[in-house]
Amino acid sequence: MSVAAVRIELPFHLRTLAQVNGEVRLDVEPPVTLNRVLDALEECYPVLRGTIRDHGTLQRRPFLRFFACQEDISHQSPDDPLPDAVAAGREPLLIIGAIAGGTSRPGDRAARRHRTQKSTSP
Amino acid sequence: MSQVRVLVGTKKGAFVLTADGKRDQWDVSGPFFAGWEIYHMKGSPVNANRIYVSQTSGWFGQIIQCSDDGGKTWNAPGGGMQTTPQGMPTGESNRFVYDSAAAPLTTHQWYDGTQHPWDFKRVWHLEPSLTDAEAVYAGVEDAALFLSKDGAHSWQELPGLRGHGTGPAWQPGAGGMCLHTIVLDPADPDRIYIAISAAGAFRSDDGGKSWKPINKGLRSPYLPDEDHEVGHCVHHIAMSPRRPGVLFMQKHWDVMRSDDAGDNWREVSGNLPTDFGFAIDVHAHEPETIYVAPIKSDSEHYPLDGQLKVWRSKTGGNEWEAMTKGLPQQNCYVNVLRDAMAVDTLDDCGIYFGTTGGQVYVSPDAGDTWKPIVRDLPAVLSVEVQTLA
Repeated sequence: MSVAAVRIELPFHLRTLAQVNGEVRLDVEPPVTLNRVLDALEECYPVLRGTIRDHGTLQRRPFLRFFACQEDISHQSPDDPLPDAVAAGREPLLIIGAIAGGTSRPGDRAARRHRTQKSTSP
Repeated sequence: MSQVRVLVGTKKGAFVLTADGKRDQWDVSGPFFAGWEIYHMKGSPVNANRIYVSQTSGWFGQIIQCSDDGGKTWNAPGGGMQTTPQGMPTGESNRFVYDSAAAPLTTHQWYDGTQHPWDFKRVWHLEPSLTDAEAVYAGVEDAALFLSKDGAHSWQELPGLRGHGTGPAWQPGAGGMCLHTIVLDPADPDRIYIAISAAGAFRSDDGGKSWKPINKGLRSPYLPDEDHEVGHCVHHIAMSPRRPGVLFMQKHWDVMRSDDAGDNWREVSGNLPTDFGFAIDVHAHEPETIYVAPIKSDSEHYPLDGQLKVWRSKTGGNEWEAMTKGLPQQNCYVNVLRDAMAVDTLDDCGIYFGTTGGQVYVSPDAGDTWKPIVRDLPAVLSVEVQTLA
């Protein structure tokens, strides 16, 4: 199986910290899981270690969420495979700063995604 | 011509304010690290161009930033400026991990009186070494002391403090259980003072290996035993480098003084109309001249009667005079936080403080008169000043 170029959208403050513009694209060996993507991200941008997940436990920081293919995958196992569209680079993995409000109604997900792409800063 | 550089940490970024020795015309640069909480920033006494910054966020955790050009440019020591031969960034300056091998991660008291595990949250205070620009101490929440010897590339806990047997009796103050004050003794490189809310003050005489509580004489009515060895909410400690061993403390309530390196304290609140407050500092050349910014009470964190006053004592406490010229004397309801007061070392000692209303004030004449340098910054968390030749 070939190495995938995974697309990652970081929140504003982490883009600033890592000195990147737009999406980050990283080659990740399959199977593409959240942990493998974050490992690759932190390998390239060590300043992000500790900002997305705890240094020691590697647990997600409480006010961060992971979205993929219009679903909140924050509570899935970080060792589960990510959706094929994310693994293949057709859809980005969104890392966002948690914000209050929102809805879980499927019809509103597109609007929610649009909002989070515009600004995910706390 | 002398210069001063004022380093201001705020709720939403860092600012650098510069002026010549007259301290009349100011240049303002920033915000740096916009949107992040800057708990503290401080320059090295060895190399004034080396500045360390604590950049933190409830969302994204702790970052340490450095400048080697006096605040013009910045880098996170682990964040891209240091690279391997292959061009990859290396290091991780934001890693603060308690040394649980040397001092087991026990528990401290929580707000409700139950025991709570130690959990790193942020760096409150950075204290650069007096002798080595690459060495810097960090006081963190939950309370512990860390040291970097490599310019903030890596951090090691000095575990003797957290491992002190009184740890289970320490408890968080309203701002968390933070180690917020670090005072280094210029006459004795092995002597370090620290303060924790709400555990109290501690002293090490062996470079941070072992620690002794120095709270004798503090009285805290909220404790079951008012004179207990630990549990006191010390807000800040100041010491003149000209006279090591004489300490001044702003406690939760009470302004205190010790003439024996903290072994014994006595109250010097004297005629202050209220002795609750956070900030305290000492004149650069007159070790008996001290400054406080009293706040109405622990429940009302703003100046008494809406009048912002710095109180000065030229007698080492007890006899205080209000400094009001140039400060708002009506409708002022800001706070002055513990790390938000500083002094320069020019012949006419300058005093500086910042407020939660975003003002930074300067007095170029030791407190007699005041002017705002800036009026509308985000809430000011810390103020430090560098006197440049």
